[in-house]
Amino acid sequence: MATAETAHHEEHHDHHPTGMMRWLTTTNHKDIGTMYLVFSLVMFFVGGLMALVIRAELFQPGLQVVDPHLFNQMTTMHALIMIFGAIMPGFVGFANWQIPLMIGAPDMALPRMNNWSFWILPFAFTLLLGSLLTAGGGPAAGWTLYAPLSVQGGMAVDLTILSIHMMGISSVLGAINIVVTIFNMRAPGMTLMKMPLFVWTWLITAFLLIAAMPVLAGAVTMLLTDRHFGTAFFNPAGGGDPVLFQHIFWFFGHPEVYILILPAFGIISQIIPTFARKPLFGYSSMVFATTGIAFLSFIVWAHHMFTVGMPLAGELFFMYATMLIAVPTGVKVFNWVATLWRGSITFETPMLFALSVVFLFTIGGLSGLMLAITPADFQYHDTYFVVAHFHYVLFSGSIMAMMGAAYYWLPKWTGHMYDERLGKIHFWLTAIFFNITFFPQHFLGLAGMPRRIPDYALQFTEFNVISSLGAFGLGLAQLLFAYIVIQTVRGGAKATDRVWDGADGLEWTLPSPPPYHTFATPPVVK
Amino acid sequence: MQWTMMTRRLAFAATAATVSLWGASAHGEWGLNLPQPSTPIAEDILQLHNAIMLVCLIIFVVVFGVMFYALYAHRKSRGHEAATFSHSSTLEVVWTVIPFLILVGLAVPSTATLLRMEDTRDAELTIKVTGYQWKWRYEYLDQGIAFFSSLATPRSQIENREEKGEHYLLEVDNPVVIPAGKKVRFLITANDVIHSWWVPKFGVKKDAIPGYINEVWANVAEPGLYRGQCTELCGKDHGFMPVVVEVKAQSDFDAWVAEQQGSAAAATEPAQSDSALVAARETMSSSPPLAAGAQR
Repeated sequence: MATAETAHHEEHHDHHPTGMMRWLTTTNHKDIGTMYLVFSLVMFFVGGLMALVIRAELFQPGLQVVDPHLFNQMTTMHALIMIFGAIMPGFVGFANWQIPLMIGAPDMALPRMNNWSFWILPFAFTLLLGSLLTAGGGPAAGWTLYAPLSVQGGMAVDLTILSIHMMGISSVLGAINIVVTIFNMRAPGMTLMKMPLFVWTWLITAFLLIAAMPVLAGAVTMLLTDRHFGTAFFNPAGGGDPVLFQHIFWFFGHPEVYILILPAFGIISQIIPTFARKPLFGYSSMVFATTGIAFLSFIVWAHHMFTVGMPLAGELFFMYATMLIAVPTGVKVFNWVATLWRGSITFETPMLFALSVVFLFTIGGLSGLMLAITPADFQYHDTYFVVAHFHYVLFSGSIMAMMGAAYYWLPKWTGHMYDERLGKIHFWLTAIFFNITFFPQHFLGLAGMPRRIPDYALQFTEFNVISSLGAFGLGLAQLLFAYIVIQTVRGGAKATDRVWDGADGLEWTLPSPPPYHTFATPPVVK
Repeated sequence: MQWTMMTRRLAFAATAATVSLWGASAHGEWGLNLPQPSTPIAEDILQLHNAIMLVCLIIFVVVFGVMFYALYAHRKSRGHEAATFSHSSTLEVVWTVIPFLILVGLAVPSTATLLRMEDTRDAELTIKVTGYQWKWRYEYLDQGIAFFSSLATPRSQIENREEKGEHYLLEVDNPVVIPAGKKVRFLITANDVIHSWWVPKFGVKKDAIPGYINEVWANVAEPGLYRGQCTELCGKDHGFMPVVVEVKAQSDFDAWVAEQQGSAAAATEPAQSDSALVAARETMSSSPPLAAGAQR
């Protein structure tokens, strides 16, 4: 084939513009992956600062640091930035770096679109962050933007809607790219059922993105026309329905939850076998479980809104469907434990993160099962119990999985080992402070503290003090993470090609760091 | 029904076990667990909650018992050689079927509780609750009583210029008053944005949505003051619109109703410009006061 020849030619052709132009014009999956990851880390700190404003205000009862309106802006922005700015781009960054390396492809299938889908993001988030400076401040209706409250907001809501559209375009383009890459660019012999699990979970995530993001776009567009063009989709005085917004929002929002966690499952499924030195247990059941979760994610949305007063049949259906998700999720956890069983286990930093994800995510999963039980949900709904639940899923699930992934693949990408001692310190600080921050919030919720309140009754004081202290520790510990990453990029002990002695997969057959263009000649998978 | 008995007994055993796990504070005023229930529904929810907690705890201990054993015993530093197995159909079927059966076991009592919660028939008193930014309005539809209920905590306490009182942020000027031991139905709606009416000890939380009338009910045995909060983000002062319910013995409640109606009749000019209240007072004379123990 001609491709082999041209590919060979290109291998010696990795000159590219330097400086700013390299990053603006790049179509290289490694460069774009790096930009996504840097962007994600920056947003992680921006969103984290907002979380610290929230926790500073909640340190004591009474209003001390911010007024209630700014507090609402902080909770809204913290969520939007962490979800759309930190977690989603972070996973796309890992996908850009790893999917071509793992399936033996020279690059993503649509490199120019890849460049565009990244470069939309800085503009989207400039709009979103800029909304804080408009008259009346930033969006304050919560990241869920429930109508009619969101109809009340100022220009910030319009800017938020616009930026959500841009983020949505970016995500859908990125997802299309991933689907096309996986279906068309696998190396010879890399059948679907031989793909590494990270690739599988991302393939399914990409389909969820393509299906879910346009639904959000529809919801916010209807909101925009309600705000400015006289429609009444969500206004009962004009024949509209405020609950309709919630149904549409959560039809996007629940698949979104799995968009935020499935790639983390993939990462864990790469890391655990490496450090257990044993193949992943139940590969095909992992694939089926992921597919099952993805399907179920589309038929459970109304469990986010049990209190809106649905008909009994609806409440029962969504309760049963939601409880069912525990089955495939359980299968995944059991498979990870079975992978560890009779392995030859070591505890490098990526493994510590992976194990703590299994452990802490399961706490979030079990509290999720509790939330599925409709009568009990009436007590938990919109309290700190829910806040604790989704931080156990999103922080100790998604974010800590990404941190594990960073330690796991950085030596491959940079050619340098990170400082193992510092990495372990970072892990323990993160794990301990995370639990100090969020575990007490379960008790706060059960005791009756609603979420999204800037001030609280006196019986909630003690746990809020503990939670705030933990949050500041957790925030500070992440500076160490940034330091370790920068230090590793700049230098360090030379990493071997295989990096980890239990590592298995195409990316480990490449040099560390890999050349600018890899697999120009496709490898052959046995 | 036999299964109801069994689930009740199971839930009771689960409650007992969980209480001992949580320690003495489990049933404390505001402890580590859900608050002490004051209605049969809240009691059912607490038992359900404790039962799920127990199931989750057992699953957690078993799964992570196995994991931590492996982390201890199958370490490379202890010289453990890795096995090579990568699947077991039997095991995979077992750990798919067992969780499914556990879920069915949880679904049965949950469904039963939900059916009881949704049964708002045969209420003896109906009160309409309307959420406003940022206060509640209560209307006794058959008694012609209506009033607003707003936060009573002074600004000086919120702004830390004065020491905070015992019921900081959970106190109102006019609590909604209901009779003890009667099934009271609340019709919940809102006037501007979505709010949510929650009294934890009643096990009642329902969104107040413009254009919707949601129904919930509570039957509270013990007279006293019960406190809760708005639980749906409703704007700037979302954290400052508490719910306070005063439960009175039937005779005290009747006296309260008479007093409200009397003061309304006596008043030539309403104290506050409240057109709905005026309208309610005008139609009041035609509707009979709630008779003690009346069954409708």
